Amino acid sequence: MDPISKFLVSYRIPIGAWGKALFGFLTDNFNTVFRAFSNGLNFLLDGIVDGLLMLPPVLLIALIALLAYFLQRSKGLALGVFIGLLFILNQNLWKQTVETLVLVVAAAAASMAIGVPLGIWAAHKPKIYRFMLPVLDLMQTLPTFVYLIPVLTLFGLGNAPGLIVTIIFVIPTSVRLTHLGVTSVPKAIVEAGEAFGATKRQLLWKVELPSALPTIMAGLTQSIMLSLSMVVFAALIGAGGLGTEINRALGSRRIDLGLEAGLAIVVLAIVLDRMTRIGVGGKK
Amino acid sequence: MTVAVDFRNVDIVFGADQAGSLALIDSGATRAEILEKTGNVLGCAGASLTVHEGEISVLMGLSGSGKSTLLRAVNRLNVVSRGQVLVKDGDGTVDVVTCDEATLRRLRQKQVAMVFQQFGLLPWRTVEENVGLGLELAGVPEAERKERVHRQLKLVNLDQWAKKYAHELSGGMQQRVGLARAFATEAPILLMDEPFSALDPLIRTKLQDELLQLQAELKKTIIFVSHDLEEALKIGSHITIMEGGRIVQTGAPEDIVLRPANDYVRDFIANVNPLSVLTAWNVMRDRRDLEHGKDGWVWLDRRKTTRFKIDEHGLVAAAERDGKPAVWVSCADVEGQPEELAQVFWANPGTSLKTVMLAMHRSQTAPVALFDDQSRFVGAIGIRDVLSAVLRR
Repeated sequence: MDPISKFLVSYRIPIGAWGKALFGFLTDNFNTVFRAFSNGLNFLLDGIVDGLLMLPPVLLIALIALLAYFLQRSKGLALGVFIGLLFILNQNLWKQTVETLVLVVAAAAASMAIGVPLGIWAAHKPKIYRFMLPVLDLMQTLPTFVYLIPVLTLFGLGNAPGLIVTIIFVIPTSVRLTHLGVTSVPKAIVEAGEAFGATKRQLLWKVELPSALPTIMAGLTQSIMLSLSMVVFAALIGAGGLGTEINRALGSRRIDLGLEAGLAIVVLAIVLDRMTRIGVGGKK
Repeated sequence: MTVAVDFRNVDIVFGADQAGSLALIDSGATRAEILEKTGNVLGCAGASLTVHEGEISVLMGLSGSGKSTLLRAVNRLNVVSRGQVLVKDGDGTVDVVTCDEATLRRLRQKQVAMVFQQFGLLPWRTVEENVGLGLELAGVPEAERKERVHRQLKLVNLDQWAKKYAHELSGGMQQRVGLARAFATEAPILLMDEPFSALDPLIRTKLQDELLQLQAELKKTIIFVSHDLEEALKIGSHITIMEGGRIVQTGAPEDIVLRPANDYVRDFIANVNPLSVLTAWNVMRDRRDLEHGKDGWVWLDRRKTTRFKIDEHGLVAAAERDGKPAVWVSCADVEGQPEELAQVFWANPGTSLKTVMLAMHRSQTAPVALFDDQSRFVGAIGIRDVLSAVLRR
């Protein structure tokens, strides 16, 4: 080893040790808080899953198809949703699919609930956005396995930590797309709002948000898709559902099982994407 | 006349170094010098202008001359660096530069409405929802809002289109929606920022005519920004010409055309047809400047072809053309006269120069006399007066 490298290595910055110390501090002092949160969340998610599973599967599938019709006013889509979900039932993956569905919808809803306000804030305060950007980059690019470990130590096994890692991965998308939507509202219509005496709040609700709505809704669709892509990772720390099946298939080299569960995820993805899509241009 | 908007020594600078830029303005620096030394952009400097109630005051200039910048100071879309912008508010006035947010919002909702070049309509709203925007923001109850919106839509002939979306309308119709939105607030002051520039020429002319018609009824105070002098001369009762952020000339349309203050203004009016603005009054020679003979006879032209005998009341007693008695006839009847008759046409001071020229043409270049409302002789126009006005010599 050359002297410079040797020198640098001998003064190595103890990133790992610091991180470990931080999480050690959190677990030592706030363990009960994290565990209580985790238990509560697990109880809630499991409760929703159990509730949905009490319904006869065909009835639940019909209800989802009906919801698809009300959202998009399309009989063809409702029929497609019905057939797609029947296929999953046919593969005997219904329980796992409901678990995954609950996790994905909860993760997408939570990341929209947190990401949209953050995105609006960032759009109004460019300086805040400059600080936010590296954090968002970190959340999206830090390999998932890296933050599985601390989340596991803090929250234990189960659906709750699965939900949390999914939210961490998905929030940046809704922040970014909301930011994009609000910052690209045409200046002319913002000025029109101001010129007619809008307050800041009126400007947000009557001008900026309606104008940014198509982009924000694209953020919702993307959030759902990204949540689905996290299903397999979430399963590694004990979240149930289709991800568990895929991990089991990988562990036991079962091509058939992997294919079935994988196709079920694809079907679920297509169903959710089509249901949440909003035509650009509003009410037209 | 009541003052509606009063700009007093308004300086507007865009950028961080306000104090440095203002010092440079005081030393008379140009926009380019200020940009070089401070990195700031001079919007406008030392602008003082009084806009009276009920007039259409046009701000003119090339792009970048500061005309829009000055206009947008009235409702503080642009922040004034120094100076006052006094806006009439009921019986008092408000200085827009220093007033608080609540006062500013009230002014924007009730006193000052705006029409934009790119219309500024909200594409997800229907026409009626767009027109009602200002009322909605001001918290006008829905029933009253609906009623006022429909009154405005009728006024601009768009009541059939109330339920359509803005993007389904043509450009001209969209700007009518913009006008209706501004009228709906019933604000007495209207800011129009190149409202017709984005429209094709035919529609532009039509909307100008409509605006003049509406103005005759509504009597708003309008500040109108334009880069088109023909438009300014057509609709403006007062024109202000700006260059590089500074006002170079302000006055009535014919003042600008007849007495341009500098070469910049002269370039501006070079391509304007003077016949569209000038009246007989602008080109006539006063009776005191005419050559007087004996027995009350006055020569109307320099060539001494035509003369009038004026009595003690200032009325015309006799006329003579080329040494023979002649009749005097109103310009208004120029079409009905047989051409061979020896005649002298007369006009009122407000008659357009175009009509005067037609009369000259019909009478083989005879001078045209000018009578006031009581038919008293006030002056005359000879062929040379017309030519020098048209050629601006």
